[in-house]
Amino acid sequence: MEAGRSRVGDSSARRLVVAKVLVLSLLLTLGGRLWSLQVLSAGDFAQAADDNRIRELVIPAARGGILDSTGHPLVRNRTALVVSVSNQALAKQPDAGEAVLRRLSAVIAMPQAELRRRITACGKGVPRPCWNGSPLGPVPVLEDAPPRVALRIAEHQEDFPGVSADFQAVREYPGGSLAAHTLGYLAPISTAALSQHSHAGYQPTDLVGVAGLEKQYQARLRGVDGRQRVSVDRAGRVTGTVSQSAPVTGGDLVTHLDRRVQVLAEHALADGLAFARRDRDALGRSYRGTSGAVIVLDARTGGVLAVASHPSYDPTVWTGGMSTTDYARLTSTAAGVPLLSRATQGEFAPGSTFKIVTAAAAVRGGYPRGGIYQCPASYSLGGARFDNFEGIAYGPMDLRAALIKSCDTVFYQFGHEMWLRDGGLRPARGQAKELLARTAQAYGFGQPTGVDLPAEADGRIPDRASKRALWDLRKADYCAGAKNPSFEAARRQADQEFCVDGFNYRAGDAVNFAIGQGDVLVTPLQLATAYAALANGGTVYRPQIGKAVIGADGRTTWRATPEVVRRLPIDASTLDYIRSALAGVTRPGGTAHAAFADWPHDRIPVAGKTGTAEVGLTKTGRQDTSWFAAFAPAHDPQFVVVSMLEEAGAGGASSARVVRRVLEGMYGLVGLPAIFPAGRVPTALPRGRPR
Amino acid sequence: MSTSAVRLRRRYPFGRGILGRGALDRRALGRWDWVLVASVLALAAFGALLVWSATRHRLAAAGLDPQGLLKRHLLNLSIGLALGLVTALADHRTLRAYAPVAYVACCGGLLATLLFGTTINGAHSWIVIGGGFQLQPSELAKVGLVVSTAMLLGERRDAEAVSPGSDVPLLLALAAVPLGLVLLQPDVGTAMVLAAVIVGVVAVSGAPARWILGLLLAGALTAVLAVHLGALKDYQLERFTSFANPAADTDGAGYATRQARIAIGSGGLLGKGLFQGGQTSGAFVPEQQTDFIFTVAGEELGLLGGSLIIGLLGLILWRGLSIAARAPDLFGRLVATGVVSWFAFQSFVNIGMTLGIMPVTGLPLPFVSYGGSAMFANLIAVGLLLNIRLRNTGPPYP
Repeated sequence: MEAGRSRVGDSSARRLVVAKVLVLSLLLTLGGRLWSLQVLSAGDFAQAADDNRIRELVIPAARGGILDSTGHPLVRNRTALVVSVSNQALAKQPDAGEAVLRRLSAVIAMPQAELRRRITACGKGVPRPCWNGSPLGPVPVLEDAPPRVALRIAEHQEDFPGVSADFQAVREYPGGSLAAHTLGYLAPISTAALSQHSHAGYQPTDLVGVAGLEKQYQARLRGVDGRQRVSVDRAGRVTGTVSQSAPVTGGDLVTHLDRRVQVLAEHALADGLAFARRDRDALGRSYRGTSGAVIVLDARTGGVLAVASHPSYDPTVWTGGMSTTDYARLTSTAAGVPLLSRATQGEFAPGSTFKIVTAAAAVRGGYPRGGIYQCPASYSLGGARFDNFEGIAYGPMDLRAALIKSCDTVFYQFGHEMWLRDGGLRPARGQAKELLARTAQAYGFGQPTGVDLPAEADGRIPDRASKRALWDLRKADYCAGAKNPSFEAARRQADQEFCVDGFNYRAGDAVNFAIGQGDVLVTPLQLATAYAALANGGTVYRPQIGKAVIGADGRTTWRATPEVVRRLPIDASTLDYIRSALAGVTRPGGTAHAAFADWPHDRIPVAGKTGTAEVGLTKTGRQDTSWFAAFAPAHDPQFVVVSMLEEAGAGGASSARVVRRVLEGMYGLVGLPAIFPAGRVPTALPRGRPR
Repeated sequence: MSTSAVRLRRRYPFGRGILGRGALDRRALGRWDWVLVASVLALAAFGALLVWSATRHRLAAAGLDPQGLLKRHLLNLSIGLALGLVTALADHRTLRAYAPVAYVACCGGLLATLLFGTTINGAHSWIVIGGGFQLQPSELAKVGLVVSTAMLLGERRDAEAVSPGSDVPLLLALAAVPLGLVLLQPDVGTAMVLAAVIVGVVAVSGAPARWILGLLLAGALTAVLAVHLGALKDYQLERFTSFANPAADTDGAGYATRQARIAIGSGGLLGKGLFQGGQTSGAFVPEQQTDFIFTVAGEELGLLGGSLIIGLLGLILWRGLSIAARAPDLFGRLVATGVVSWFAFQSFVNIGMTLGIMPVTGLPLPFVSYGGSAMFANLIAVGLLLNIRLRNTGPPYP
């Protein structure tokens, strides 16, 4: 018994020792694991703890405004009560938010279907107006909600889950539709853009410029959002501020635009189109005068003083969600696609305004300025006959008279003879100098001017190479068309001809090109830039709209300087000769004399060139494009004004009238004071920061 | 002389009051285990600070007194210390005599919980007393089981020669009742602690090795069967699987363990400073003042504080095992062993769970976590250790 007890006692004591070892090993296990967590992987966990705890709040920076050169706001901000709908919150409703939308529809007086469309993300087959912004952000459905509506939504959140009404900065356009195409507009940032590296730091709710200056100067206008890093608890309640950076208001963009000149240009444009519509074309049809553009440039710097495009629109439609009808109107062909800026995106045959190019090319090609050239009623070319404008014959004249009278046949001859000297249809290698095309390109045609606006059109300068390139591109279609039995015989024959030798740069092409017809296309801004180069003695400037950016602290953060693109390869005396010839255009005997009959020529001589570009030849075709490109004062050019009116007849009539109205306003000839004292564009920046 | 006096009183334990006349003599006080007492008090003080840090922001965020829970904790601690003192000074023969009462009370309490209890965090473990107080009988059941198993195995071994291990089946039968009642709540964590106590007591009682191996095997088998037969609730299973694969679910069951590890890991060597922990003040760790109290120490006091807690627990366990080794009788040794098994297992599971090496079972950290019933039970258990130590007059049990 004693032995048994002791045996039991021994094993008991032994097991207590085992227990001690066991307990020690358990504690060492815990200590080791603690070491591994707190020393070996401490960094990872410290980061994870911060990620947990720190939330970054974005304090949006106010966007800078866009001002004219005197500091007058063209675009500014104001606060508005905006009603927004969160798709994510709606999706959580049992009926996908239909009941909420029905109630909201009644409160803000907008059809429920329209409301639903507005908040639906855009995509293939989704009808406008759809939501083009991030699917994560709230969708604004009504801007400028009456306070009563906002209060109702805020006080009855149980009825409106996911609907909010709060104050937001929205764009305001003090001039209404003034310079709408140039200013551009804002739209919610797209999901695609948000993921791009260039948009780092943007929020899903951000608005970005998607057209015009708003797009071009997005980075400068935007400012820098403030960041507040706050610590939060598990429920997301803010428990303190970790760090904070204040938002930096975006800079104000000061432009070369002058609000008064812009108003003049837009009024003159509308008036010119109305004036044209009172007239009839050769077929007895009223001119339609559908659209047009006016550009005013500072000839000495390339600064853009005004850009007008008709038809225009009120950019306010872009803010707070656009209605179906608004969007349809902006893009409708019947309404003339108001969204399109004719000044920089429209391409048109320049007609006789192009003769400053042909004249310069001819002089470069060896035609003496003082030489005498025949101006018959028509120019024969093989079997074809190329008529002078309205079939008038003027007899022998010098180059000066050919420009003043705008004698087509003189320029046909230049075009044809230079084509022959280039080798005609079969030039030897290196023989084709193509002086006309090269001179046109030197003036800036056939390429973007580089103006600080997005989506500028190239225009087109047809030369031998481009004709062949076009043929390479299209010959398959034409060759197929030649064998297509459903086409008329005439069409099949035309297709057959192009199929066989469409690459040929024919005499007819050269002759048409010489008077700005045929395949040549220019934008009004290109033409204005070319005339500025002619006017200032041969310097092609890059047209500039932005002049400077002034920061919120009043300091200039960016300043544009005039940019020389190139010098014209034309000697100064030739340019001088052409300028003095153009001064005769507004005088008796010139093509624009009618519009400038009572102009104070002695005080402010105006030089210019009319253009009447044929667009269609048949009865169903479009009516002539009316051009007038001018600079003033003729002897010491300061301003270039270009007017282009579509389907508006002769340049000497409607367009010359538009330019005259702009110039008389600028020079203060109609009761109001001159816009630019002493006829000079000021270079100083406006002071202060008008808001 | 005192030995004989004790022997004399032994036959008439009832009716003498809890404190025997010989309980408070000077020599007994000289044997007072100051290391154990100091460790427990230090750990409790530590715990109070950590509970304060864990609750002040949560209470403030709810618009309540930020010190509200700290005050309750200190009240619990005071009551617990009083209970522990009474237990320590009680005549340990009285304790032995009360063991069957403790067993019946523990089973009765658990039954009452099942019948009248309240469900908190998925377990039907609380009896609401009223006045904002509630009791968790399963905590006190640990004390009951320690004393009753020690009595069963110790008393019989002391009294007569029985073949080693022959009383184990009886013990298992008796222990099955509270174990089953706890599992019905269901409180798997407490059930595991009870099982650890049984294994520890049986092992040190000198029972043959086959019984210990058998018990361990049975435990493992039960675990496997519980998982496969679907005896566990989904959330319980989730806690276990999220332990095995923490990346699987960072929002649900895995959330707590992930946040716990972030809190501890971000503490580093010296911690972020008391009251400075972002994980703690931001309430990212759920149940932080109870089951996850160790994360507060880890985050705010770093490796230093965490090791200190583990070290203090180690001291308590070491003193407990020493008391067991020097106990004058098998009953005392088994009581001390049961208490050590309980504290060791529960501490390891609790801290291991916050460190991501043990599954989440909902066990508090002894002396540190907030919770009245657990605090009472822990301090009563320390009282038992001291009691055995104080009566440790003769040579140790062989």
